[in-house]
Amino acid sequence: MLLRHTPKEITERSALAINPAKTCQPIGAMYAALGIHGCLPHSHGSQGCCAYHRSALTRHYKEPVSAATSSFTEGASVFGGQANMLQAIDNIFAVYDPEIIAIHTTCLSETIGDDLKQIKKKAEAEGKIPKGKEIISCSTPSYVGSHVTGFSSMVTSMAKMAEPTGKKNGKLNIIPGWVEPADMEEIKRLVGLAGVKSILFPDTSGVLNGPLSGEYKMFPEGGTTVKELKSTGDSIGTLALGEWCSGEAARWLDAKMKVPCRVLDMPFGLSATDRFIDALRMIAGVSVPEEIALERGQLVDMISDMHQYLYHKKVALVGDPDQLLAMTEFLVSLDMCPIHIVTGTPGKKFEERIKEITKDMPFAVNVRAKGDMFLLHQWIKNEPVDLLIGNTYCKYIARDEDVPLVRWGFPILDRQGHQYFPTVGYKGGLRLLEKILGVLLDRLDRDAPEHSFELVM
Amino acid sequence: MATTKKKLVQWDPVRVKAELLAKYPSKVARKRAKQIMLNEALANETPEISANVRTTPGIITMRGCTYAGCKGVIMGPTRDIVNLVHGPIGCGFYAWLTRRNQTNAGPDGENYMNYCFSTDMQDSDIIFGGEKKLAQAIQEAYDLFHPRSIAVFATCPVGLIGDDIHTVAKRMKEKFGDCNVYAFSCEGYKGVSQSAGHHIANNQVFKHIVGENDAEKPGKYKINLLGEYNIGGDGFEIERIFKKCGITSIATFSGNSTYDQFASAHKADLNAVMCHRSINYVADMLETKFGIPWVKVNFIGADATAKSLRKIAQYFADQELVDLVEAVIAEEMPEVLAARTEVRTRTEGKTAMMFVGGSRAHHYKELFNEMGMKTISAGYEFGHRDDYEGRQVIPTLEVDADSRNIEEIHVEADETRYKPRKTPAEFKSLEEAGYTFKHYDGLVPDMDKGTIIIDDLNQYEAEKLVELMKPDIFCAGIKEKYSIQKLGVPMKQLHSYDSGGPYAGFKGAVNFYQEIDRLVNSRVWSYMQAPWQKNPELSAAYGWE
Repeated sequence: MLLRHTPKEITERSALAINPAKTCQPIGAMYAALGIHGCLPHSHGSQGCCAYHRSALTRHYKEPVSAATSSFTEGASVFGGQANMLQAIDNIFAVYDPEIIAIHTTCLSETIGDDLKQIKKKAEAEGKIPKGKEIISCSTPSYVGSHVTGFSSMVTSMAKMAEPTGKKNGKLNIIPGWVEPADMEEIKRLVGLAGVKSILFPDTSGVLNGPLSGEYKMFPEGGTTVKELKSTGDSIGTLALGEWCSGEAARWLDAKMKVPCRVLDMPFGLSATDRFIDALRMIAGVSVPEEIALERGQLVDMISDMHQYLYHKKVALVGDPDQLLAMTEFLVSLDMCPIHIVTGTPGKKFEERIKEITKDMPFAVNVRAKGDMFLLHQWIKNEPVDLLIGNTYCKYIARDEDVPLVRWGFPILDRQGHQYFPTVGYKGGLRLLEKILGVLLDRLDRDAPEHSFELVM
Repeated sequence: MATTKKKLVQWDPVRVKAELLAKYPSKVARKRAKQIMLNEALANETPEISANVRTTPGIITMRGCTYAGCKGVIMGPTRDIVNLVHGPIGCGFYAWLTRRNQTNAGPDGENYMNYCFSTDMQDSDIIFGGEKKLAQAIQEAYDLFHPRSIAVFATCPVGLIGDDIHTVAKRMKEKFGDCNVYAFSCEGYKGVSQSAGHHIANNQVFKHIVGENDAEKPGKYKINLLGEYNIGGDGFEIERIFKKCGITSIATFSGNSTYDQFASAHKADLNAVMCHRSINYVADMLETKFGIPWVKVNFIGADATAKSLRKIAQYFADQELVDLVEAVIAEEMPEVLAARTEVRTRTEGKTAMMFVGGSRAHHYKELFNEMGMKTISAGYEFGHRDDYEGRQVIPTLEVDADSRNIEEIHVEADETRYKPRKTPAEFKSLEEAGYTFKHYDGLVPDMDKGTIIIDDLNQYEAEKLVELMKPDIFCAGIKEKYSIQKLGVPMKQLHSYDSGGPYAGFKGAVNFYQEIDRLVNSRVWSYMQAPWQKNPELSAAYGWE
């Protein structure tokens, strides 16, 4: 048993977190910043954070992840990190020459109270920012929220780059939230199919799923350009996908730039994708092309074809709130039973929405925001499931409890595919369904007695 | 282009260094110049390198922090200690199962390796202090698991807000009575790299655990293996060889280790040091307090393994052990030599670069030598000058302002338990036979003339080096891996072994030969250009014309 010390009996813990279902803010800000073209993320703190965040993202994407750090020493930690940051700005522009530096903070610089805006002003005053280059920043204290919070904060800083010209650009802003590069590509494909012009931000496609060609580009072709980010204030509207990841940025553009927004769920599964396409159609005033309708029909077809293997199967889920809400709804729409749902990210709304989505389920549903995977495992011990969906850390529970696992979410450290094949949209729904059915049917095959080992499913 | 098979790229080290420095602002160039050393291999004197100095902000270093060196490296691999990280969630999360320290839960089945424990500090803990929460978390861990020991690790904000983790730990230890609780002030900003964390871990392990168990340990030829973390099962392979030779391992610091191993470490008669950087402090303290001498060993490379086994046998000066060691080497080597001969036809003359933590850049040179491969550039993230130049430079090292606050603990001979392991005459005769105690020669003397040694390599220099010197393989860590591979150069991780291993010992050598052969001779590096990119000048024509 890999997790042999996890008891079935659940005791309340008020201080000890075990096997977290979240990580800390800056990695989210780093991931978001990689979705800006020509951007070098910068971690204002001691260098360990930056090394860890780069490593975690690299292990997930199997791609280079560049980011710089202020490399605080003990002296800077006591007297402030301004000198470190100013030196870093000099060195970054001289050696790496990005278009833009996107700075985030850590618990260190937040605790000592470094003022990034003031440091930026000083850098400007001292002529440290070359002409045409940009610096943006956001505050990402690790002791608040989770990696999702950090992602949202950086996306909001990107929105704050908006410089409205007063002339509409005829485009729709789309904030995809923390999804994979392949998902961002898929969202762009759907929006393009619908004939809608858009600015998608952040956009890590072409950044974190690049080719091998014998050439290394620290700043690959992909990413939302600074020009596009400045133009978001001229857009006709904003579609934000995922309340936790994208809501704040969209509302900021709405309130401050008068770009009307709608905050939707992330388009995972049938219903959330339906609402996304429908909203797209209404906002842009276009009709949905036959091709999209066809993809939808294929997904419905597959659900009906394979329904017998899904019906009333119990599922445990762990991950980030926006993704989990859409996934839970998808599972319900498949007549599956999501019974244990945990996110490490705080937020009461999460529990409320899960309860709403699952209110007609034939089983009691355990849901916890600010929970951890130790609790999830205990729930599973008390009420076993047929399927587990979550990141790579779930493999320990999956093996101990002998439960089929679908890897989905962040981080996935031991498989590939997530960077290349989307799970959003109807196409992504087909892939999710294929993955779910794959592990369920593999299990049937593994366990079937010889006389009922079937050739045809 | 990397696709073309080139041999013996002409490069001039002086020019390479100049090119590396050319892009830097002058202040940075001056500093980096001291950290990039051309190995002149002078007869009596090794040129000096600047190391263990602060990282240049914004340079994109490979380095991590003190917490990583303490919790991640030294204390992480011990299976029956509950390692509780006091801080926001990230530090605990990122050190959760990401280093491949393998463990065998053993007969008692106690193994917390697969768990991540954290106090998950919130903003209220930053404002009002986290001591209460820490005490409560320790209590909850005790109630849930009843471990024999709980270790607490500080992260960046802990030092700033002034949580007194040592007092909390002490109080809880006294309260429990049957669980040793202690703390590590390994805030990430201390020192300039992981290295400070090693030192802090060494001090606390020595203060709080070593010597706690005075029970006699059975077995002959008792040694501690210091600085071996069982990445990819390296320690298991070394353990296998020790067993075969009749050598008793009392404690390993700290791969596949237990609390009791640390507690009994003073019962060994020799300390064999693998990773000098991370554990030389414990080696020195065990000698001072208990009289156990230490020697540097290296189990990376089959020849190095044989040499190290002989070194251990020579120390115990027992013919039975000497004979057994020779028999084991004779038994193990044929398979190794067969594999070596086989791959050498494909690896001979190829070149490697290695930039790894604080010891592997040196150790793995042995393996590359065995394959007929030449190491043309190497360096450490966080080695000190003694790791580069040898321990004879230690008296001349000056502790700079950034590392001054790392505690140096003073250890004295234990009044009752200090016991010299050899008579002065025995030491003398060993030394006359060429035996060197308490010494490590460092990386530099082993590097060829004209090679380039670089401390705290950064992303820009890594790329530039590869571009200028075109190695056949580049060895470093996960952060470097994919950018190097994009350049068309195979990259081997020598921290995680890319899920491979073991690479230590005899079986490990065979694994490594095969892995490097696979990498440097993979077909994939020939696929980078599509057919239409190889002959762009031809205009397309219909295939059937």
